[in-house]
Amino acid sequence: MDAFILSRIQFAANISFHILFPTITIALGWVLLYFRVRFNFSKDPKWMEAYGFWVKIFALSFAMGVVSGITMSFQFGTNWPGFMEIVGNIAGPLLAYEVMTAFFLEAVFLGIMLFGARRVKPWVHTTATFLVAFGTSMSAFWIIVLNSWMHTPQGYEMIDGVAHATDWWAIVFNPSMPYRFAHMMLASFLTVSFLIAGISAFRLLIGGHTNGVKSALRTAITAAALLIPLQIYLGDLHGLNTKEYQPAKVAAMEGIWETESGAPLLLFALPDNEARENHFEIGIPKLASFILTHDWNGEIKGLNEFVADDGTILHPPVDKVFWSFRVMVGTGVLMLFVSWASVALMLRRDPVTGARRGTAGLARPVLYGLVAMTFSGWLATLAGWYTTEIGRQPWLVQGVLTTEMAVADVPGAMVASTLIAYLIVYAILLTAYMSAIFYLARKAARGEPIRTRVDPSPKAQAAVLPAE
Amino acid sequence: MNTFGDPTIWLPFAFAILMGVSILIYVILDGFDLGVGLLFPFADAGEKDKMIASIGPFWDANETWLVLAVGILLVAFPAAHGQILTALYLPVAVMLIGLIMRGVAFEFRAKAPLDHKTRWDWTFFAGSLMTSLSQGFMLGMYVMGLTWTLPHVGFALLTAVFLTVGYSFIGATWILHKTEGYLQMKSVDWAKGGIWGLVLGIAAISLATPYVSDRIFDKWFSFPEALWLAPLPVFSTVLIVWLWRMLQAMPYPDDRLSWAPFAAATALWTSAFGGMAYSFYPYVVPEKLTIYESASAPESLFIILIGTVFVLPTIMGYTVLSYFIFRGKASDLRYD
Ligand code: HDD
Ligand code: HEM
Ligand code: HEM
Repeated sequence: MDAFILSRIQFAANISFHILFPTITIALGWVLLYFRVRFNFSKDPKWMEAYGFWVKIFALSFAMGVVSGITMSFQFGTNWPGFMEIVGNIAGPLLAYEVMTAFFLEAVFLGIMLFGARRVKPWVHTTATFLVAFGTSMSAFWIIVLNSWMHTPQGYEMIDGVAHATDWWAIVFNPSMPYRFAHMMLASFLTVSFLIAGISAFRLLIGGHTNGVKSALRTAITAAALLIPLQIYLGDLHGLNTKEYQPAKVAAMEGIWETESGAPLLLFALPDNEARENHFEIGIPKLASFILTHDWNGEIKGLNEFVADDGTILHPPVDKVFWSFRVMVGTGVLMLFVSWASVALMLRRDPVTGARRGTAGLARPVLYGLVAMTFSGWLATLAGWYTTEIGRQPWLVQGVLTTEMAVADVPGAMVASTLIAYLIVYAILLTAYMSAIFYLARKAARGEPIRTRVDPSPKAQAAVLPAE
Repeated sequence: MNTFGDPTIWLPFAFAILMGVSILIYVILDGFDLGVGLLFPFADAGEKDKMIASIGPFWDANETWLVLAVGILLVAFPAAHGQILTALYLPVAVMLIGLIMRGVAFEFRAKAPLDHKTRWDWTFFAGSLMTSLSQGFMLGMYVMGLTWTLPHVGFALLTAVFLTVGYSFIGATWILHKTEGYLQMKSVDWAKGGIWGLVLGIAAISLATPYVSDRIFDKWFSFPEALWLAPLPVFSTVLIVWLWRMLQAMPYPDDRLSWAPFAAATALWTSAFGGMAYSFYPYVVPEKLTIYESASAPESLFIILIGTVFVLPTIMGYTVLSYFIFRGKASDLRYD
């Protein structure tokens, strides 16, 4: 395989691994702030219990996010030097603002948030928690600005083949940015809601019935039930925006080859990139046209419009985009179903006391269902990013720079070897991360504190307090 | 021509200074926490916990200086960024994997089951070692002009070892400052054992740099520059002698001057770095690409500079705040 394909696979592997952790930390930071503030006002220890448990998972996720993020920032130079050479004047300042306004903020206050609770006043600790949450959201903002600009570039001019900024306001508030940023923030909150719900359900199942667990579970399910309809609505708006600026991507998402009016919504199909048609189509007539144009007979451009006269294909690979999109939407529908059903069960009243049942209303099969959904947010988020990013191909910056123009001139064997090394490290770390979360949950359910190994001699034991 | 009133001159220069400062802060700050990782095999289990506690609140922010330094290279000198990183493709990958390993081991060792802890301790050490060795290797390759010939690689292997020992030295001085009792006494020995890495490293690079390039030779050994450059080596020598004498008698009663070795190490590092920066200026890719040739468009640099002027002092401010909050001996590192 050549360096180009390998570099793409390597980039996709690295960024897919990276995004898993910011997706958790972006929203979890705010959730921790919520727990912390609830405690400040109510002085009810259950909120500190929830804080104490989730802050550990936050720390673990943050570390994973940071180290994989550092890998990302080197990738541009090692594998995609053409990217910075051609659009560096625009990408550079955006990345610089991310480092300066976000990374330092979160990194420095993280220390105080994790280890400073007993060294600083409560309000300083609460402020540190806020600043970390704010910092992660700022990172998301700047990187999404850059990414959205790559999809819908504006506010620049090309001089000697290099992009120069003409209007920073237009660059930052490019047409797809508001949709993408809102959709990503909600994705993060949904991922965290299902993570907290899943782990809390797991703790209930193995017998850890503390008030902290129940409050966390209730908070998470309620948040999920409120946010998922919003996410689906925003997803629809996002799609309409994409239809305007990247019609080839939408055609691939819908699997539409020929321009047609009254296009069906395909529930199942096997798009064939070679034969340029779908096999085994199952669809609902006219629904795609209705969703995308709000008119049953609206016209949708087909993929065949995006083939140049000389036969060069200017649209993305259809099958990957088509299926990623369906995985995301399918997961979203499942989330809607699970969260609403759980809320309905929690709202039922006990026939004897007349009180709402709360988490006690969730029968074991429901709890198992929630455990199964623990990482569903990851699945939807990755599928969503694949839709977006693969859907932009063959462009790296839509209409400006193709991916092929940006690739580094490094030998394929070298890329292959680093790719294998990364994949091994990622597989090990992902397993370790997921099992550590469940391990912490089991330990918390047994009511054990975090153990650390302490020197057996009594003198050393007195001197060394456990490190976490 | 070369007037500093011209933005295509002063902007790249300002960014070169910013990048230099970030790299320097990085090698000092991450230097000490990498060093702590390098010293792991010499410590027992209880000591390891204390060593981790001494860097816990800081390591993440320390690594962010690397992100900033590479970020500035990326945004201010994009062409150089591409050339340097593609030339150093493999050592960069080794470094990144090392950084990944140590960053996560740090968290996992406290959260994974007890019987896995030793494994994560080794991961922490191995990650620190990979990171230090590859950084030293890249330093050597950079000094040699980024060309992969056998003698150059040999030299880079040497600097890899020296930098690693040098990091373990600065790590030891950090532990000396942040701990007490038996561990502190041990750290004095570690510092004595590690100082030669720093000395040899500085010597090797000082000797090799002028040898590789006539231009750099002339910069150092022509009159009158040599006169006002002379204090630099003299200052470094005095520092080394002072450090050595101090370490013989440490720790002093009442923990007096426990910060001094770390401070002296920082000063040494700074003067060595200053010397290197002087040698290479105005080149960013040695002998190939100057900062002026590879700089981004002035309007983009200007946008970044405006932000920097406000943000960098703020960052410095809250970094100092964090070191102040966690001042004193590292004791209990707990999430509550
Ligand atoms: C929990 C995560 C999650 C869930 C449940 C959904 N999405 Fe999503 N989606 C994302 C997470 C996400 C994302 C990761 O945030 C993406 C990738 C890039 C982006 O901007 O957002 C995305 C992209 C994305 C795109 C592509 C935008 C583009 O062309 O660039 C569309 C059209 C939708 N989404 C639409 C939907 C619809 C109709 C959903 C209904 C169920 C939905 N999403 C659920
Ligand atoms: C974090 C979530 C993201 C995921 C999961 C993701 C995923 C992907 C995938 C799968 C590709 C490969 C497409 C293909 O080759 O067919 C890709 C390409 C790319 N994306 Fe993203 N992306 C994400 C966000 C970003 C962001 C924020 C940026 C820029 C700042 C970015 C920049 C790129 C670049 C430079 C490529 C080119 C490499 C290539 O085409 O293979 N991506 N991404
Ligand atoms: C090519 C694209 C990307 C690059 C170069 C990149 C780079 C980085 C770097 C260097 C860090 C570590 C910062 C530190 O030292 O504290 C980081 C962390 C982070 N990144 Fe990314 N990143 C990319 C994509 C993304 C995307 C798509 C998102 C979210 C939408 C994101 C959100 C975050 C967040 C929230 C953090 C904070 C640390 C954490 O929570 O793990 N990044 N990123």
